Formats: sequence, C-alpha cells, structure tokens
Amino acid sequence: MSTATAAPVWTKVRQQPGALARLFDNKAFLIVVCLLPAVGLLLTFLTYPLGLGVYLAFTDQTIGRRGIWIGIENFEFLAEDPIFWNAVFYSVFYTAVATVGKFALGLWLALLLNQHLPMKSLLRAIILLPWIVPTVLSAIAFWWIYDPQFSIISWMLIELGLRETNVDFINTAWPARWSLIAANIWRGIPFVAISLLAGLQTISPSLYEAALLDGATPWQRFRHITFPMLMPILAIVMTFSIIFTFTDFQLVYSITRGGPVNSTHLMATLAFQRGIPGGQLGEGAAIAVAMIPFLVFATLFSYFALARRKWQQGESND
Amino acid sequence: MSDVAASPGNTNAASAAPEQMAWDSRTRRVVMLYVPLACFVIILLFPFYWMTVTAFKPNAELYNFAEHNPLWITSPTLDHVYHLLFRTSYPHWLWTTMLVAVAATFISLLASTLAAYAIQRLRFRGSQYVGLAIYLAYLVPPSILFIPLATMVVQLGLFDTPFALILTYPTFLIPFCTWLLIGYFKSIPYELEECALIDGATRLQILRQITLPLAVPGLISAGIFSFTLSWNEFIYALAFIQSSENKTVPVAILTELVTGDVYQWGALMAGSLLGSLPVAIFYSFFVDYYVSSLTGAVKE
Repeated sequence: MSTATAAPVWTKVRQQPGALARLFDNKAFLIVVCLLPAVGLLLTFLTYPLGLGVYLAFTDQTIGRRGIWIGIENFEFLAEDPIFWNAVFYSVFYTAVATVGKFALGLWLALLLNQHLPMKSLLRAIILLPWIVPTVLSAIAFWWIYDPQFSIISWMLIELGLRETNVDFINTAWPARWSLIAANIWRGIPFVAISLLAGLQTISPSLYEAALLDGATPWQRFRHITFPMLMPILAIVMTFSIIFTFTDFQLVYSITRGGPVNSTHLMATLAFQRGIPGGQLGEGAAIAVAMIPFLVFATLFSYFALARRKWQQGESND
Repeated sequence: MSDVAASPGNTNAASAAPEQMAWDSRTRRVVMLYVPLACFVIILLFPFYWMTVTAFKPNAELYNFAEHNPLWITSPTLDHVYHLLFRTSYPHWLWTTMLVAVAATFISLLASTLAAYAIQRLRFRGSQYVGLAIYLAYLVPPSILFIPLATMVVQLGLFDTPFALILTYPTFLIPFCTWLLIGYFKSIPYELEECALIDGATRLQILRQITLPLAVPGLISAGIFSFTLSWNEFIYALAFIQSSENKTVPVAILTELVTGDVYQWGALMAGSLLGSLPVAIFYSFFVDYYVSSLTGAVKE
C-alpha cells in the first residue's frame, strides 16, 4: 500500500509531457475513466432495473400501459394464489434436492478425479462438457430422452426386463418434478466436481501422511482432513449453486414450460409466464421480487464463508 | 538336485505374494475408481451421444424401436441437417448469436479490464468496496431483472434488436470478468510497474505495454467465459426478441422449430448439436484456460 501511494510522486517529478498526456496520467482522472464503462453499464442495466423491478412489483403495469401505484395488492393477490405457493414450494424443493444431489455426486467425482489417473486432462475436459453446452440445447436433449413414447430410458428398461411399459417422465406432476431435478443435477455435477477438485488439490499431502501414521481409517481421513479443508470452497460453490438453481429458468422452461397443470413452475418461470406472455408486468415483477429474500440469505452465507476463509489462511490468499 | 528344484519354487512363492497383493489392490482400484468413473463419464456424455444419433437418423428408424436398435444408426442421413440449414433460418440465427456473443464479450472485456486495473492497480480509497460491489452484482441473477429490463428495452427503442442483448449481456459478464482479472492483476508483481514509472512511462503506457501483455492468460480465460455465457444466455433473448430472424440459436430452436403437436425430433437434435458445436470447439482449444478460470475464480 505504501509503495502504491509513493509511485505517483515520482512520476510528477520525472515527467513533463503534454496536457492531454498529463490528464491521462492524473490518477483521479484515470480512476474515473477506467471505472466509468463498467460501473456505468452495471448501474444502468443492473442497479436501475433492480430498483425498477421493486417499484413495478407495487404497480399494476401491463404491457403497453403505464401502471399506477397499488401498494401491496400484487402480493396480497399472490398470497392467495395456490399456483404461486406451488411455485415457491417447488423452487425450494428443486433447489434443496438438486443441490444435495449435485454436491454428493460432484464431491464423489472430484475425489475420483483427485486420484492418479491416465489422461487426466482429457477426462477433465470431457467431464466439463455438460456445463459448456448451452443449457437449453441439452435440455432439449433431455426432453427427447423423457419423451413419453420414444424415451430411450424406457426402451432400455424394457429391454433389460425391468419394466413392462414406458416410464412416465414428464406427464404427471411428481415424475415431472423428479425428472427436472435429475436433469439439473446432470448439468450441475461438472461445475461442482471441477471446483472441488481445485480445492482438493490445495490440501497438503503431509496431512494425510500424518493421519496415516496415526492409523486413521479412510473415512476418518475424509471426515477430519478432506472435509474441513474443503469447507471454505464448498461454501462458496454451494452459495453460487443455490442462487443459480433457485433462480433457474432455462431447464424448466425448455422441458415442461411449468406443466403439467402448473406443477413444475419455478418462481422464475411463473414470473416469466405472468409477466411477458401474460402481459401482467406488475405481477411478474412481484413474483421476481419475492425471490430476493432467498437470494439475500444465500449472499450473506457466502460473505461469511469468505470472511472465514481469509481468517483461516492469513494474508496470502491468492 | 532337490535344492535346485526347490529354489525356483521358492522364488516363485516369494514373488507370488506381492503379485497377489498387487492384483488385489488392482481389483480394488478398478471397483472403487474406474467403474464409478466410467459410470459418471457415460451418464454425463449419454445425452450428447443420443443427440448425435438422433440428428443423423432417418425418421423411419427414429420412430421404430421394434425393428431398429435405437442406440445405433443403420442408414445415417443428413436430411435433418439439410432441412435445418436450407429450409429454416438456422444459419441466420447462428450468425445473430455469434454477433451478439462476440460484441458482448468485447464490451465486457474492455470494461472489466479497465475496472480491474483501476481497482487492483490504481488503488484508491474505497477501491475494495467497489470490488465488493461488483462481486455482489454477480449474485443478482437475470431471472429477477428481465421484467424491468424488458420495459427499459422497450422505452429505449431497442426491443427486437440485437443491441438489446449486446447491452444487457455485459451485466452478468462484467462482474465475473472483473473478478477474474483482479485475481490476475494481483499475481503480476507491482515492481514491474514501479520500474516503468521510474523510467518515465505514463500509466496508460504501463497498462498497454506491461500489465496487459502479462495478463493475456487472464484475458483469454475471461474472453472464453464471456463467450460461452453469452452463447448460452436464454431468458433475455427470449424476453427481448420477437421476430424470427433476430432470435438467437437457443431461443429459436425452442420457439421456431417446435411447431404443432408432432415434434421434429431429428431437426431439433440436429439444431441442438450444431448450436453446441461452436462453443464446444471454441472451448476445446482453450480447456486449460477455462478450467483455470473456473477454479481460479472460485478460489479467489
């Protein structure tokens, strides 16, 4: 910090350039110029819409008509709307089950990849593929896999003699809910596994050696070394995963569009359906705003996990 | 004689025990490591395999599981790809998506390089709070912004134009890229810049000739990340674009190719496959950068 503040003093002594160059060498001016594009874009297209969204939630704006302030009427209406409560329930359920599934399987995959393996980098590249490919496009593949008539999974199960009839994946409420969760887990595993693998690789092998000398079993080594050392990174990755699973839109919209009979609506898909095709912008915004408390909770969780990490590792936190 | 006969037997017995153990641990390794790993890889890749198989299958085979094994193609065809490329606006959608992704990536990279440089190198009072604010911006998901943004886009007269997407995509790209680049700039020794300052270089010269060349791996990572994220974006493209020819690939496949009650699964899968290819190819060139940015960002 002291070197950083000392630097400009030297430049002023040494240099006699033109006015424009001097202007661009002025630290305060340069800071403003450098921050302007990013901060400007974010304020215009992120902060302002966020505020506008909260405002819209208290109006009855529809597409093509300016709304008037109606107080909490939208929320009162939503509080008595069983479809909304169903969306809240499914959002929480979807997030909880998918997160548990993703992290259990992702951690397992990370532990497998942490072993000595041939062609490790190729394997890592292949495993990340579901994460790279646009969600909508892989969701369409899942839609086809879940097809009521020509599902490949049904065909395989019937060929193996495990079932007599086609599996009902997305035509009734609960199977559809589970099928969507399975697709979400499929897409989330690579990210979790690769991030946790990075965390695993930072754990010093000497800890395991010491534990081995003390006669620790593999489970004890996992429970008392791997898991606590992985905790900070796990907390961050989990926060991200929870936020983006909770606000997920693409997967559900592509596969079921919230059906059958609104049973698989997440809050985001319901907000879209009411807001854009339905034209009730105010009501859609109210549904979107109702997601904010959940996100704030997850963010606070992330902030405290980060703080704890800094404290654990001291200053050299690179 | 018996001695001579016994000694090879003895060495055999001696070497048999470690071999047995090696075999044991190898079985264990296969069961505990390779079998689960193979299951993971098969399950993670199966949808892509199924996508590919469906895309090149004639309709006669596609809907007849009784006579044809659905996991294999007996007479591959390019019909679906042909239909997609010449009877729909697919090439146009690809072009729009590419244009939007490249433009949004360019804007985000420019803005976030400057911002990261200011936060990390020009250190000013409160710079870490600006950094924190940008980090928090990453936690605001598009799902809660698209309705107000849609009204803004209409008011600005950008509705149904690629500019609506080019200007809104940076909102989720800039926070991530800035965050990533702050980490990269932090790893470049400050002494290099001090030397340049002593030699009389201006700050812009330092940025252009010292910091940026050293941060190229970070810029590449951020660029790949932005490109794939913009290519994948869905909800803004769905909400802000109406006319068929301005749609991006993910939206167009879902809204334009799904017509009526009978889905053209062959064409849908061919579209998904072709839509995934550019990102997959782009990604395969820079896997290591991608992985390092993913893990680096998480570790930061």
